[in-house]
Amino acid sequence: MSDADSNGHLPSRRRVVVTGLGAVTPLGVGSEMLYSRWAAGECGIFDGAGACTDFEPSEVLTVKEMRRLDRFAQLALVAAGEALADSGWDRELPYDPMRIGCIVATGIGGIQTIEMQHDVLRDRGPARMSPLGIPAQMSNAAAAAVSMKFGLKGQMYSVASACSSGAHAIGCGLRMIQYHDADAVVVGGAEATLTPFGFGSFNSMQALSPTGISRPFDARRDGFVMGEGAGVLVLEAADAAAARGAKVLGEVTGYGSTSDAYHLTAPEPSGAAATRAIELALNDAGIGPDEVDYVNAHGTSTQLNDAAETAALKRALGEDRAYRIPISSTKSAVGHLLGAAGAVEAVATVKTLTARVIPPTVGYEVPDPDCDLDYVPGEARPLVMSNGHPPVALSNSFAFGGHNVALVFKGAQS
Amino acid sequence: MATVTAEQVEARVVETLASFGPDADQISRESTFEELDIDSLDLVELAQVVEDDYGVVLKGEDMKELKTVGDAIDLIVSRAE
Repeated sequence: MSDADSNGHLPSRRRVVVTGLGAVTPLGVGSEMLYSRWAAGECGIFDGAGACTDFEPSEVLTVKEMRRLDRFAQLALVAAGEALADSGWDRELPYDPMRIGCIVATGIGGIQTIEMQHDVLRDRGPARMSPLGIPAQMSNAAAAAVSMKFGLKGQMYSVASACSSGAHAIGCGLRMIQYHDADAVVVGGAEATLTPFGFGSFNSMQALSPTGISRPFDARRDGFVMGEGAGVLVLEAADAAAARGAKVLGEVTGYGSTSDAYHLTAPEPSGAAATRAIELALNDAGIGPDEVDYVNAHGTSTQLNDAAETAALKRALGEDRAYRIPISSTKSAVGHLLGAAGAVEAVATVKTLTARVIPPTVGYEVPDPDCDLDYVPGEARPLVMSNGHPPVALSNSFAFGGHNVALVFKGAQS
Repeated sequence: MATVTAEQVEARVVETLASFGPDADQISRESTFEELDIDSLDLVELAQVVEDDYGVVLKGEDMKELKTVGDAIDLIVSRAE
């Protein structure tokens, strides 16, 4: 499918721009709700969970969509609708549909459907299980729903890497366009695991905060707060976007990914593989640490992650530079959206680069000797650009299983 | 099951199909499943309701022949007799 010449050589990589953003998060329906409320220091966590309480499926979905889609796919469909409209794609697709990809990731998939159908199986027997059980719970259901609703006919799939799934989706979409397999890709992540199974299992792992407070990098942090939601970005080849006069919100310039090969749930303490992922992303973007103006951290509010991420940032960026780059965690405002986190945080990062204002790590107050960087305490602050260039941000995602993903975004010219 | 009337079956089928998406007032005996956007997955769910309510078992091969709402009602009524 690639435009390789007769010798198999690929043409040069295409630049990839962001032209649309969409999100449904505990801060509300819409990417602007996510960004502006986070920047105002607001938090969408109540009673120990980040639920999308403002999301009312019956207001935005058809009966058929509601019946056929698990909540994670419903969230994805709404976020995708916003992103495509933001790109000006809502009336008609700007490219051959076969040249538009769709990658919507999830860490867990349709767990609400599994739980409900398991009740049916136990109480009424297998013959009464819904024929929609498997197609609603399957991990690719959100990608399939977005593809079907909007007629996207290029490569379409989900990726699963737990809490880095959304970031992997963006990396895969970036490569798909860079290597000429698509002209545009709708990428994102979705998750809806605020269920008895989800809470019970994460609780047993002692991963969840017993106080129900998400305060990444703070010495008092005691676990993550589970959230739900979806984030979607429209990526387009820069040349194609320019040709159609698209509004450009930013650019995805770098992607790096490695694995710890260490432990099922704990990050490898030295952060060597996480460091490498960040270095790979910076190399991919063709920049050095001095050009990074902001880090959107994975920052989960667990003891282990936040210390290991801090160590990795120091190693990858160099201590001098690491101390001077503002770092904040979206999870302080929405909790941990698992497979949606990387995508939602990418949406927030692009908005940060556009607004040139860095939202704070909400609730951060007490420094931890193991987390001694600048986590933007208190309130939002202006983003200071190195050398007057469009600002550059790094966004990290790490995950159970040992996944490390780093993405580099560049803001649009003001 | 001998007391089941065609009217009762029609009301139940329309109610069930309406819960799948189409408006109830859109649904008549003449409506095709295609125009109602009712597909094979929906028909399996309809068959589960019919079996629960009337003890009528509809298999996949039965469903394949159904084109209209009236076809389904007639089949269910005939099997329930």
